Amino acid sequence: MVKDIKKLEKIAQQLRIEIIKMITNAGSGHPAGSLGIADVMTALYFNVMKHDPKKPKWNKRDRLILSNGHVCPARYAAMAYAGYFPKKELMNLRKFGSKLQGHPSYTDFPAIESSSGPLGLNLSIAIGQALALKMDKNPATVYCVTSDGDHNEGNTWEAIMFAGNRKINNLINIIDRNHIQLSGKTKNIMPLEPLKEKYLAFNWSVIVINGNKISEIIKACERAKKIKKPVAIIANIIPGRGVSFMEGKSEWHGKAPKKEQAEQALKQLTR
Amino acid sequence: MKEKNTSTREGFGEAIFEIAKKKKDLIVLTADLRESTKVDKFAKKYPSRFIECGVAEQNMIGLAAGLALAGKTAVTTSFGVFTPGRTLDQIKINVCYNDVDVKIVATHCGINVGKDGATHQALTDIAVMRTMPNMTVISPCDFIEAKKATKAILGMKGPCYLRLGRAKMRIVTKEKDRFEIGKANVLMKGKDATIIATGYMVEKALKAAFLLKKDKIHASVINCHTIKPLDKKTIIEYAKKTKAIVTAEEHEVNGGLGGAIAELLSNNFPVPIEFIAVKDKFGQSGTIDELYKHYELDENSITKAVKNCIKRK
Repeated sequence: MVKDIKKLEKIAQQLRIEIIKMITNAGSGHPAGSLGIADVMTALYFNVMKHDPKKPKWNKRDRLILSNGHVCPARYAAMAYAGYFPKKELMNLRKFGSKLQGHPSYTDFPAIESSSGPLGLNLSIAIGQALALKMDKNPATVYCVTSDGDHNEGNTWEAIMFAGNRKINNLINIIDRNHIQLSGKTKNIMPLEPLKEKYLAFNWSVIVINGNKISEIIKACERAKKIKKPVAIIANIIPGRGVSFMEGKSEWHGKAPKKEQAEQALKQLTR
Repeated sequence: MKEKNTSTREGFGEAIFEIAKKKKDLIVLTADLRESTKVDKFAKKYPSRFIECGVAEQNMIGLAAGLALAGKTAVTTSFGVFTPGRTLDQIKINVCYNDVDVKIVATHCGINVGKDGATHQALTDIAVMRTMPNMTVISPCDFIEAKKATKAILGMKGPCYLRLGRAKMRIVTKEKDRFEIGKANVLMKGKDATIIATGYMVEKALKAAFLLKKDKIHASVINCHTIKPLDKKTIIEYAKKTKAIVTAEEHEVNGGLGGAIAELLSNNFPVPIEFIAVKDKFGQSGTIDELYKHYELDENSITKAVKNCIKRK
């Protein structure tokens, strides 16, 4: 476990560099969301979660369910840096026969806990896992990462209603609130506000943080674990974080940078 | 044992209750349909292993996949019009792509739902389910077979779809009959044609075969309880023996059992095929007999199809 926030920030920056290289090398992918969630992935894999990269199926591990599967480059990078697989394999992203599929594939790479990609599907999976852990009196926590787009889907709200009703208190839903979706700003496509109040009305507890501040992410998770209800951490995140021309831009939701753009991005990230 | 006429959903309900005692990792979920899907007895006896999801089928399938990823065997129960009806993506990605131990049990399949009408008669579920990689599709024909099918799917790992009916139907199989997933049961042997039926149409196929005997036509009858994986060997063998096939199912003609058999035989041993199925139409309210007759799913429609098929040899 890494406690030093400065060190964690360095790791997050390293992950961003990998994300740009991976997506550029693949020629397609989702850079804005991946760069945005890098701090959350760093906090989870290097500080918050109990896990063992050498024993990915260790029964007492905390589970991470990534619902917005398109930001998987950030997760893959975090897992490689945590020691799940050699870093050089990161360049296999989206390649034929690779376990690093364009959207996460459980059967190809069981350490990612569940396949995901189509939005709205995976908060239910996280709750199912949380229920099973409770039945088995397993003290592990289930972390789920969901996106703005996930909250357009009815399935997500069915899941929120269920978890609130059942007081699933071993579940923490970190909302990657980056305010963009595929075709524009969320406030113009399908506004989610008041999101906090919606969760409260569904009997969840809510913590609002800056999702690009690792210290806030860690503190929020520690607090959330003590609450006797399901907890939503609304993590306000800048999509494209760290690369000036991508920050806050929905046009970088789903396209790879060209070679010169990647060079420029890497220059900014290695500064 | 129940009386003679009873439904496949009741067979499932009895079996799941019996298995629950030994199989401690079995979790049953429902979407506000515990009584209709016959898991009410299970719910009462095993409340800690029963999950009421409310009328939220998509979440139910996701929960089941999550439970299965954590090592449980999850059985979801609803009507065929809801699972798979409104949960295609959840079944495809959460269950099949993850390849987890989730059994999707749907009652009220086929036209035998009767008076509730078209919205509640699942007629496209076989087509949907058999296109999913990793999925096994089972459609038992009576109470006894539904019990055996329930035990069989809980004895294997991986995604399964169990298709059940609401109506009471005559029992046509025996306790001692063998039930094996992927192995069709030959119920009658005749040289002129083969009727391959699934679900409640097995009873109609047997009736049709007896009627045909009066006209000196000897039909084989196969109970094809497993639609995926198909029993290729038996089906090809009877196509070769009788050179005329009639398929019978309470389902749309597009993509169901008949489609599966046509795909198989066109690749291996093409023979004339006639399809007893709903012909690209919605159902409607009515008694079961009225509906079977109107949609040409009754024994007389089957005998007619057999005669037509023999002419095409």
